[in-house]
Amino acid sequence: MIRHSARIRVRNLNVHYRSLHVLKDLSVDIPANQVTAVIGPSGCGKTTFLKSINRLIDLDEEARVSGEITVDGLPVLGSGVDVTEIRRRIGLLSQRPFPLPMSIYENVAFGPRIHGLSNGRSFDQLVEYYLRVAGLWEEVKERLDAPAAKLSIGQQQRLCLARGLAVEPEVLLCDEPTSSLDPLSAQHLESSLKDIKRDHTVVLVTHVLRQAERLADYVIFLYMGELVEHGPAWDIFNNPQKPRTQAYVAGEFS
Amino acid sequence: MKRETLWRIEETVMRVLMIGATALALGCLALILGAVVWKGLPAMNLAMITQCPQGGYYTGAGGGILNAILGSLYLAGGATLVALILGLPIALYLQVYAGRSGLIELVRLALDVLWGIPSVVYGAFGFSLMLLMGLRASLLGGVIALSLVELPIMCRAIEEVLKMVPFELTESAYALGTTRWEVAWKVVVRQALPGITSALLLAFGRGIGDAASVLFTAGYTDHLPTSPLRPVASLPLAVFFQLATPFPAVQQRAYASALVLTAIVLIISILSRLASTRLSRFVVK
Repeated sequence: MIRHSARIRVRNLNVHYRSLHVLKDLSVDIPANQVTAVIGPSGCGKTTFLKSINRLIDLDEEARVSGEITVDGLPVLGSGVDVTEIRRRIGLLSQRPFPLPMSIYENVAFGPRIHGLSNGRSFDQLVEYYLRVAGLWEEVKERLDAPAAKLSIGQQQRLCLARGLAVEPEVLLCDEPTSSLDPLSAQHLESSLKDIKRDHTVVLVTHVLRQAERLADYVIFLYMGELVEHGPAWDIFNNPQKPRTQAYVAGEFS
Repeated sequence: MKRETLWRIEETVMRVLMIGATALALGCLALILGAVVWKGLPAMNLAMITQCPQGGYYTGAGGGILNAILGSLYLAGGATLVALILGLPIALYLQVYAGRSGLIELVRLALDVLWGIPSVVYGAFGFSLMLLMGLRASLLGGVIALSLVELPIMCRAIEEVLKMVPFELTESAYALGTTRWEVAWKVVVRQALPGITSALLLAFGRGIGDAASVLFTAGYTDHLPTSPLRPVASLPLAVFFQLATPFPAVQQRAYASALVLTAIVLIISILSRLASTRLSRFVVK
């Protein structure tokens, strides 16, 4: 068995929104180059957890975050941290795709234009490469200059994936990325995610248990802001230890 | 009475009210336009828009209002540019940078109050500012006063447009590791571009039609504008001065001037609509 090093280390993570205690003392290690599914009923803090990892939670003035998160040893929380660099290294695929108000080409090239090109590839090569990774190239190669907003929702989500990968993050956070997609597009995206874990650590928030079963190598179960159980996916789904996990996995509540 | 009948009556009454209000507003507009065209058209000729006033213009002799047309375009164009250069950063600051705080609300309130101040006050203020700077009535002075008139409109109009940019869009841009400036400039402004065009039009329309603010600050002249430091004519004042004469022929030319002013606003509106449609090609919905 290959031993994976822990890429994301979370210690005593607490998040408050005003008087609301949303995440309660979370400590967990998220393994590298695997898909880690964060599951739990809605309102349990899954999205808040994701947004703490890439500091998008900073955009909410009412959120207070404490604790420690490191990605490959690099601290994420704290005021001295370069947030833009953190977010470059930790990409996000959100619930509903929001392409940028520009062409398909420029959407993918946006990140590299801002952060600079790496390893001497041209923009054209880069755009083609990431559109291929996201499985969109064949559908759009004839109309790269068309507005991204003209694509279907499923295509937009794959474009957002290409756009996110183009800044070469080490971690990709996915917040229910298939929830607004039709079944076929969802399937498309899932198969891309399976390929992507070769080079990236994937954290997938989902409320679809089946999806977690299909994709996850590792599972974190949250309930009302608390970490109930975490472990390899097979263990969680087939041999959960805690009664709440058993009930949730059995579909007794959702 | 049956509830369904009540609903139907309610529906009809509301419909009549809404259609009535719309008809009233459009009717007034049509009447104004009609009067301007009716009274102005007989005095319209090529000389009106291609020549400056000749000697004896104000007693009914030949010439045109090219001085006022160009002057107004310079004044309103310059003021709109200044208001955009100042207003866009203000709107971006209010909407993208500053969070919610009492101070920011105070800024918004101040802008709203400024919007409501009569333009003659801006004219008087601009005039005293010019005295302080040792400036005389001139294109520059007029642009300064007019840009003050336009600024609150520009800021608030752009801010309303920026407000429409979905939060998730800015969020997904931040998620790529962009700075606030990059998000504001490369994403928010691009998304809001069609709306910003409308804000420009709104401010320009207000500027080009305003007489009181340019009365002291820009002055008036029968010559074409040649230097920012010399007085400049404007269409609203051309209308005003010509209407104030006792000669019917000159009064008619006041209406022709008003017609020109209306036509300019119409052309600018159509152009901005076209620009807006073109620019909304990339907008994300």
